[in-house]
Amino acid sequence: MSHRIAVLDYGMGNLRSVSKAIEHVAGDAEVRVTDDHEFIRAADRIVFPGQGAARDCMIAIGEHHLNQAILEAARTKPFLGICMGLQVLMQHSQENDGTDLLGLFDGDVVRFDGKAIGDNGLPLKIPHMGWSPVDQSAGHPLWNGIDSGSRFYFVHSYHVKPKDASLTAATTEYGVKFVSAVSRDNLFAVQFHPEKSADAGLQLLENFVNWDL
Amino acid sequence: MGLAKRIIPCLDVDNGRVVKGVKFVDIRDAGNPVEVARRYNEEGADEITFLDITASSDDRETIVHVVEQVASEVFIPLTVGGGIRKVDDVRRMLNAGADKVAINTAAVFNPEFVKEATDKFGSQCIVVAIDAKQVSKEGEPLRWEIFTHGGRKPTGIDAIEWAKKMTDYGAGEILLTSMDRDGTKIGFDNELTHAVAAAVSIPLIASGGVGNLQHLVDGVKQGGADAVLAASIFHFAEYSVGEAKAFMADQGVEVRL
Repeated sequence: MSHRIAVLDYGMGNLRSVSKAIEHVAGDAEVRVTDDHEFIRAADRIVFPGQGAARDCMIAIGEHHLNQAILEAARTKPFLGICMGLQVLMQHSQENDGTDLLGLFDGDVVRFDGKAIGDNGLPLKIPHMGWSPVDQSAGHPLWNGIDSGSRFYFVHSYHVKPKDASLTAATTEYGVKFVSAVSRDNLFAVQFHPEKSADAGLQLLENFVNWDL
Repeated sequence: MGLAKRIIPCLDVDNGRVVKGVKFVDIRDAGNPVEVARRYNEEGADEITFLDITASSDDRETIVHVVEQVASEVFIPLTVGGGIRKVDDVRRMLNAGADKVAINTAAVFNPEFVKEATDKFGSQCIVVAIDAKQVSKEGEPLRWEIFTHGGRKPTGIDAIEWAKKMTDYGAGEILLTSMDRDGTKIGFDNELTHAVAAAVSIPLIASGGVGNLQHLVDGVKQGGADAVLAASIFHFAEYSVGEAKAFMADQGVEVRL
């Protein structure tokens, strides 16, 4: 079965590592970094990465006319959001003096307050950068073969606060306990970078490629 | 369990080849950065840093190919430093698959470049590398200044003030090298590390002087570093990255095992 995976390209950041990591686990699937609406509509799976500031992301999504395509894909086929690709699914971000997002999920994106003290006696650094444990909230096909508490690589200063607690697929501690993965039906979205998280990350991507709804 | 302290092996790359000799018994070509990076990844490195020391700018393209190859098969964060002077250099490295780019001398001569790069690509991918040397004399309060050209040229800029300024300019991380300790194998300058770590709100990588595994622990516990970078102890296979992490864990440092 020929299998097509679209990595959504809206000009925010470098998508090469994401596409390379997916190609690494995707067998003979066609992995394309694209903003082509036809390809996105026809693709079997969608990966929605993103880096940078919330406002720039929203502007770039608008310029590529991807708002509807993203929302449609997020409701209809296996969909994996990564980093900003999780955050922009929420309603509103504190970033850039307040930015309206795609609004698929109720809830805000808030900044780490920088008040928590680390084990070396210094305030926790922002961004939260490095490998932190991801505690799985419930079983999910994308966690197959990955122990709860496995470390993944994070780089972010903001985190999501979904209102609906049943969306939470994992949490992580960094001064506060925050939601590091959400899932609903065909959608899974993570704050960390599976494409940079060595074996655990590749396992998650492989699980996504093999995820049958 | 929280955020792990990161262990970062650093490779000096000259014209596409790893220099300073890498002694892995079962590596076919120890000068091949791709093979060395693959090995460090297997040993559990949390990131890999490439320092391009290619002298001629004509040969700079070689590091781009190195990064492309490594990024196609090693799925941990990659940082590239050396010869990054303009926005286009940053773009080239990121497009090749680097996750972060370290800006050193160019930041000193043109601080606006850091602002420009972080505006364009985001703070998360801009590391400011600081080479500092102690300038206070015995008995005076400790003071360090920025040096360029491999520690030969003083700039008169205070290291702590500079680190704060670079944070304000949008840097996502600081890579701090003690020029007094670099190559000495007597340990990090933990007073310098701590002074800078306490002054900035962004993560700090300590570098320069590692000769044994206790030095890595000291960099974290005494220096307050978020990550430790070392070259020679890993290159000459004195210790593997795995051994370093096991030792640090034994000493109570949280690492990714």
